[in-house]
Amino acid sequence: MTFVAKPAVHHPRLPVNDLGLTRRDYEGSVSTLCAGCGHDSVSAAIVQACAELSIPPHRFAKISGIGCSSKTPSYFLNRSHGFNSVHGRMPSVATGANLANKELYTIGISGDGDSASIGLGQFAHIVRRRINMLYIVDNNGTYGLTKGQFSATNDKGSTNKRGAPNLYEAIDLVSMAIQLGASFVARSFSGDKKQLVPLIKAGLMHHGMAFIDVVSPCVAFNNHNGSTKSYEYVRKHSETVVAADYVPAAREITADYAPGTTERVSMPDGSTLHLYKVAEDYDPHNRVEALHYVQSRQERGEVVTGLLYLDPAAMDCHDILNTLDTPLNQLGTGELCPGSSALTAINESFR
Amino acid sequence: MKPTNILDPNYFHKVVDCQWACPAHTPVPEYIRLIAQERYTEAYMLNWDSNVFPGVLGRTCDRPCEPACRRVRTEEKPVAICRLKRVAADNKGDVTPWLPRVPTTKNGKKVALLGAGPASLAVARDLMPMGYEVHVFDKDPGGGGMMRSQIPAFRLPEAVLDEEVNLILDMGVQTHFNHPITSMKAMLDLGYDAYFVGTGAPRGRDLDLPGRKEVDAHVSIGIDWLSSVAFGHTTGISGKVIVMGGGNTAMDCCRTAVRLGAESVKVIVRSAFEVMKASPWEKEDAMAEGIPIINNRPPKEFVHENGKLKGIVFEVVKPVYGEDGRLRYEPSGEPDEYVECDHVLMAIGQENHCPWIERDIGIEFDKWDCPVLDEVTLQSTHPQIFFGGDAAFGPENIIWASAHAHKAAISMHLFLQGKDLHADRPPEHLNLVSAKMGVHEWAYDSRHDPSARHLVPHADRDKALHDLKLEVELGFDRKLGAQEAQRCLNCDVQTVFTPKLCIECDACVDICPMDCITFTADAEEIDLRQNLTAPALNPEQAIYVADGLKTGRVMVKDEDVCLHCGLCAERCPTNAWDMQRSVVHIPQVGNYSAG
Ligand SMILES: Cc1cc2nc3c(=O)[nH]c(=O)nc-3n(C[C@H](O)[C@H](O)[C@H](O)COP(=O)(O)OP(=O)(O)OC[C@H]3O[C@@H](n4cnc5c(N)ncnc54)[C@H](O)[C@@H]3O)c2cc1C
Ligand SMILES: Cc1ncc(C[n+]2csc(CCOP(=O)(O)OP(=O)(O)O)c2C)c(N)n1
Ligand code: SF4
Ligand code: SF4
Ligand code: SF4
Ligand SMILES: [Mg+2]
Repeated sequence: MTFVAKPAVHHPRLPVNDLGLTRRDYEGSVSTLCAGCGHDSVSAAIVQACAELSIPPHRFAKISGIGCSSKTPSYFLNRSHGFNSVHGRMPSVATGANLANKELYTIGISGDGDSASIGLGQFAHIVRRRINMLYIVDNNGTYGLTKGQFSATNDKGSTNKRGAPNLYEAIDLVSMAIQLGASFVARSFSGDKKQLVPLIKAGLMHHGMAFIDVVSPCVAFNNHNGSTKSYEYVRKHSETVVAADYVPAAREITADYAPGTTERVSMPDGSTLHLYKVAEDYDPHNRVEALHYVQSRQERGEVVTGLLYLDPAAMDCHDILNTLDTPLNQLGTGELCPGSSALTAINESFR
Repeated sequence: MKPTNILDPNYFHKVVDCQWACPAHTPVPEYIRLIAQERYTEAYMLNWDSNVFPGVLGRTCDRPCEPACRRVRTEEKPVAICRLKRVAADNKGDVTPWLPRVPTTKNGKKVALLGAGPASLAVARDLMPMGYEVHVFDKDPGGGGMMRSQIPAFRLPEAVLDEEVNLILDMGVQTHFNHPITSMKAMLDLGYDAYFVGTGAPRGRDLDLPGRKEVDAHVSIGIDWLSSVAFGHTTGISGKVIVMGGGNTAMDCCRTAVRLGAESVKVIVRSAFEVMKASPWEKEDAMAEGIPIINNRPPKEFVHENGKLKGIVFEVVKPVYGEDGRLRYEPSGEPDEYVECDHVLMAIGQENHCPWIERDIGIEFDKWDCPVLDEVTLQSTHPQIFFGGDAAFGPENIIWASAHAHKAAISMHLFLQGKDLHADRPPEHLNLVSAKMGVHEWAYDSRHDPSARHLVPHADRDKALHDLKLEVELGFDRKLGAQEAQRCLNCDVQTVFTPKLCIECDACVDICPMDCITFTADAEEIDLRQNLTAPALNPEQAIYVADGLKTGRVMVKDEDVCLHCGLCAERCPTNAWDMQRSVVHIPQVGNYSAG
């Protein structure tokens, strides 16, 4: 970790976004994570994505559980709203926040321990409820904060730092998310911002539950030769199936892909998502096929990355519940607490 | 592109922008750190080693280092490098224990130094410790050259100059003052083993305009007038004064004229304000003293009546930047301007002029009347005779005089020891020493200080304008000096990258406040510069390229706006980045063995 805060001075030609802000305006406090931790790169990718989207920092709500990963919301978007909840409980708090204020961009940050071990139930249900948010898991296959125990996403047979093998099957959060109703599911790697930043942008702009599993190596406990979540392993074994490129409404399309492999998906904000299929036979709109593909590659020890599943027309929780358009904080006391007569009327309607 | 060869001593030297820009390659950041540690004497001696006149230069240097300072690019104003040098000089202790020892038994060779300006004095300093018998000749009554005869005392107090001149003379230099040299042939007949010509560029230019001859009594050549003031022959000037010219001499003339009692003083310049030769701070100082600078006025004629100067007629032109970016002057359409005056100080430039060097003794001169020299050795076409300072390539400044002197001294030493001036010349080299002390501890203050440049306090203006000898700038006191020292970015503490240790985790990329670092696919330099997170658009600044990474990509660091904050090295989990202090060794006589 570093004690020295990053100086405020920045590159003289650092680009400014439509709000006149630079990327540096989207940063947070100086990170206290281990030097080289993948989670810091994920934070940097979030910073870049949010700046490039030109969304004012105060329009974000960042919510996390417990773990090194869950500490990271302190290290990005200083001028936004945040809640660092308890272990495995990010989804409950995020659900509440998103239901209360549908105008905020909700970002949930969690770890593989936080989401696949103690918080697996919460994870399953927030996905199932399709809360309109970006849910990121910084997946390092270990409990980094508590010094390196195997987590539930650790591959069977991979070892810890001392060489002892993991005896249990790994939980694949990507497969679970596809199965349980997430309408945007991706996997990426902290060491590949070219891929990760567009995915974060697309995930933020997606309407519905957007889940990204980011393999994010723990340099302190899980970056050794027996690990399948190390920088070296992931670089050697990862395969992009569908690359995504987020193109804002006002901008021209510059990417020039081979015909037949590119699909344009319109986003709710008028922007376009370009899907570039590297694996030509892969169909990111077919849940069953996507699941099959991801799992069959997993069997071979490969890490499939990119935008793996997308349903651009899916409903989110607000649509399902047909909630009010106005965020709760913009309602008056009269509307929020209509009084006992209103309650009586409701009760009457159920008689 | 080809990976960077960081073993080339010039690579990291060039990163230290100030030191690279300094003709004498003064180790600026190192002395600034010594000032921050209140080690003024050491800071002074470090300067003295490379530039010989720290007290003088801390007040008068042309400061080529400052526009080069990285801080200009990262923020706005450079570190006040020059004024920090003065802090070292003003606060130093006794330097005698630090001075080089001069052998009492001489080595049997005699050298003659012609002129006792900074160039000759610096040669004397370099050669004395080697055991040479050194003789200096000058027409003036003391040593210092134009530092004494031209630079006014309100910019450079005599005591400061005397101290630094005497440090050298007291090494046992044999002086021959009040000794005009009228023949080089006669000098050669005296039988010295080698000669150094450091007689400067002593002729001030004049302007041949209608009426010029008739008003001769009311026109002075700027440098002649300043030296006559310096030596006490001129003590006043009356009436309205026009200073013609836009260089530093013009600035010294106008400020001196104000102090000597002129009724009014105007500087009138042929060219536009921004292209005037004078340093920006000299112009600012003159204007702060209420002296108007009037630009775009080419003179046409001197107006006189019965042999008395009445005024000057100027044309009024308009500066226009052409499409090629070049400045031209067009008629403005305005009528000519007549400016009344009683006295003119002509400060429109200086030239080399050595009528006393016979043209048939083997020293060739070029068409500008400058000697033909080997640029590396400063040897003339006469093997025994070397040149330096303003006499070599025309008027420059004190720091160039010192730089030439070191070069010439090496050459003279090699020559006198029977060595080859090129083949046996010692090379420059560079050492790297890790600055790592602990996990987050560095042997330098890595933290970035965002303070703006501190202003140098000035003496009371009214008092200063009536006292020729009252120094205008008071200099930084210790406290201000310490604060200004913190602004230095320590550009000599280099970011050194070891590819085989790098795990490509991006930690350095993410932390770097200046977006200096990119990992990307290799390409030709021109494309690579464009492909960086922040494109490297300053071609003057190198990009540092390293290959040998596991992914086959290259690490590219743009040196341009690096803060040398060390955060990349702090965040690196494997120490692939290290901060290493670079020490540049610029050879001088005495700090290497030439046999
Ligand atoms: C008005 C003015 C202000 C300046 N201000 C600055 C400044 O602020 N900072 C800066 O860096 N530079 C300044 N300079 C330039 C600087 O003074 C010179 O570049 C520098 O002094 C050159 O050093 P030198 O040793 O080559 O020659 P000089 O300093 O010119 O010394 C030459 C010496 O040779 C002697 N000499 C010449 N001919 C003969 C002869 N025939 N016989 C005997 N002796 C002879 C002269 O008397 C003189 O002492 C200024 C120059 C002028 C004119
Ligand atoms: C209720 C509860 N149980 C256990 C812990 C101890 N604990 C803290 S962090 C953590 C695991 C974190 O792992 P992960 O979410 O993967 O985060 P990482 O540090 O790896 O980023 C555990 C078990 C706790 N803080 N609270
Ligand atoms: S312990 Fe692991 S996960 Fe936690 S900060 Fe260190 S490297 Fe990152
Ligand atoms: S910041 Fe310091 S070391 Fe860097 S160029 Fe400026 S004075 Fe020199
Ligand atoms: S020292 Fe390192 S982190 Fe600091 S500006 Fe330079 S490259 Fe960036
Ligand atoms: Mg973890």
